[in-house]
Amino acid sequence: MKKKIANWGNYPVMESDELSFRFKDQVKRIIGGKKNFIPRGNGRCYGDASLADTTISTLKYNRIIEFNTETGVFECESGLTLDKILDVIVPKGWFLPVTPGTKFITVGGAVGSDVHGKNHHSEGSFSNHIIEMKVLTADGNEITCSKTQNPDLFAATCGGMGLTGLVTTVKFQLKKIETSYIRQKQVKAKNLDEILKLFSEYSHYTYSMAWIDCLTRGENFGRSILTVGEHAKLDELPEKFKKNPLAVHGKKKITFPFNLPSWVLNSFTVKAFNFLYYGKNFKKEINNIVPYEPFFYPLDAILHWNRGYGKKGFVQYQFVLPLTAKEGLVEILNRISEKKMGSFLVVLKVFGKQDDLISFPSEGYTLAMDFPVRKGLFEFLDELDQIVLKYNGRLYMSKDARMKPEMLEKGYPRLEEFKAIVKKYNPDFKFRSVQSDRLALTKNN
Amino acid sequence: MASVLILGAASDMAIALADVYAAKGYDVMLAARNCNRLSNLASDLKIKYNVNTVLAEFDALKFESHKEFFESLHPKPDITICVFGYLGDQEKGMEDWKEAENIIHTNYTGAVSILNIVAAHYAKEGKGSIAGISSVAGERGRQSNYLYGSAKAGFTAYLSGLRNRMTQHNVHVLTVLPGFVYTSMTEHLQLPPLLTAHPEDVAKSVYKAIAKRKNVIYVKWFWRWIMLIIKLIPEFVFKKMKL
Repeated sequence: MKKKIANWGNYPVMESDELSFRFKDQVKRIIGGKKNFIPRGNGRCYGDASLADTTISTLKYNRIIEFNTETGVFECESGLTLDKILDVIVPKGWFLPVTPGTKFITVGGAVGSDVHGKNHHSEGSFSNHIIEMKVLTADGNEITCSKTQNPDLFAATCGGMGLTGLVTTVKFQLKKIETSYIRQKQVKAKNLDEILKLFSEYSHYTYSMAWIDCLTRGENFGRSILTVGEHAKLDELPEKFKKNPLAVHGKKKITFPFNLPSWVLNSFTVKAFNFLYYGKNFKKEINNIVPYEPFFYPLDAILHWNRGYGKKGFVQYQFVLPLTAKEGLVEILNRISEKKMGSFLVVLKVFGKQDDLISFPSEGYTLAMDFPVRKGLFEFLDELDQIVLKYNGRLYMSKDARMKPEMLEKGYPRLEEFKAIVKKYNPDFKFRSVQSDRLALTKNN
Repeated sequence: MASVLILGAASDMAIALADVYAAKGYDVMLAARNCNRLSNLASDLKIKYNVNTVLAEFDALKFESHKEFFESLHPKPDITICVFGYLGDQEKGMEDWKEAENIIHTNYTGAVSILNIVAAHYAKEGKGSIAGISSVAGERGRQSNYLYGSAKAGFTAYLSGLRNRMTQHNVHVLTVLPGFVYTSMTEHLQLPPLLTAHPEDVAKSVYKAIAKRKNVIYVKWFWRWIMLIIKLIPEFVFKKMKL
């Protein structure tokens, strides 16, 4: 039965046949059938990466297979979401090795997008912590792969947007924690130069990211708040937290009840928001101990916050530029403030070294911002694409709903190699999405 | 520790039930065909809730194996929940006896066969709870699914009689009449969201109803009234309706 589905940006929306499975024999039967499809987890990528006429939902394939509380080795089925994992591992003194800004993604999605978090510069992306995983490929075989076993399949599956096959199970290494709290430091920066300096000054912190105001011009251009953090040690906790140092947080949620009309977001309201957000930290520097939940997942507290962008939805634009391309950052931020296309939360982060086949992160500055879908937006983003390319940058496929194939080709130097591996494991393009068709990844040529 | 036996453990409702009971600290016995494919489910419950889990091979249609199956369980479960069922295809069942037989045997005969054995044990012990997942489809036969409906009607009547007989033995019998539920059985159907429960809702209701020793529950309360109205429609009108 066809259902209307969309990913987190609510753009595009399409009719899709959603098939689900609980057991391996069931998914093998689906893959053995005649249809083309793309695996789909919790739909938290932003654009069209997990959309297709037929999708295979992994959400019911969500069991924990192994959790060694001594070594922190964890194995689960791919449809398990990170929030469920945290519920189990945090009380035992373990944490996710890498987590994006939402815990409502599946492990399969974490692999397909090779997600990164605030610790990318220190600990790499999700794939860096995978011990091994199993991928069900188009011929119905389940293949175990890792950095050393079937490394081609492993490389093309991490960040490969589900085009090599369906990830069934993933075994990865968790991170030991003494408490579920974060020792957080927030530092205000007056402008772009200062925030970039702060990033290198605080690069020894495990976690770091900055919110940046992209509408203010002049000498406060690029004013920001840098947030860095470490998992708090037991003796750093205030007395009141010591009673239950491994508490699981974030059970209270509110829901954004309806779509806001799209005119609500305009350059005035965004400016006002930024003014308040920047102004809320009176002091230059704040140090405190906070639960992991607001540190990692500030927006998860508001379920369906994407409705704030209205019915037409939004696209998120995330690029990375090499460290040498600071002018590129300036140029892009300038274009955004000129066009008054700013978004509430623009996130800036410095990636560490990574040089994988198709994973998005590579050393440099990454900026992520939301743009409500409106007239002229796509033309504007095409212009930004040209600047990103000029400075040898690239876009993140998990956020993308609109880039052109050339943009992908130029941004990912090893794309041909990736395509060849996809062709090997998915020769008839049984696994294909709206995005892979749009980006000419699943086309015979 | 108390334990629960789930018959037909591979279904969405059964998995939700296993989760609810394990979360409350019950040991869980998962009985199904090809029970080995439930091994990840068993490890999941063990890891999340630190309870014991057992996988047991059980085929509702192999009546002759039921006695041996139940005897093999040690210790015996405190609660037995009969979840298995088969919606089948009404049209196909009208032409193909195999399909009709499958519907009847899975939903009725198979359930009677195993629950007779369980009930006899509980009666002897003077304690125990049995819950049967029947269906509102059993309350009045409709042209679109009366093979399934009539088998479930039989099952509902069986549970009612069993409750009557078991009460003197201090054995509790619960009849569960879920309306629409989002499961793999109904995945291809367009269901009205307001009237449709999630398997987790059913599981929670069943848990509460067993704890409170209720007799008959509908999962969403208005199903009781919907079915009352449906049952009150005079037959001369009902027979002309397209339901």
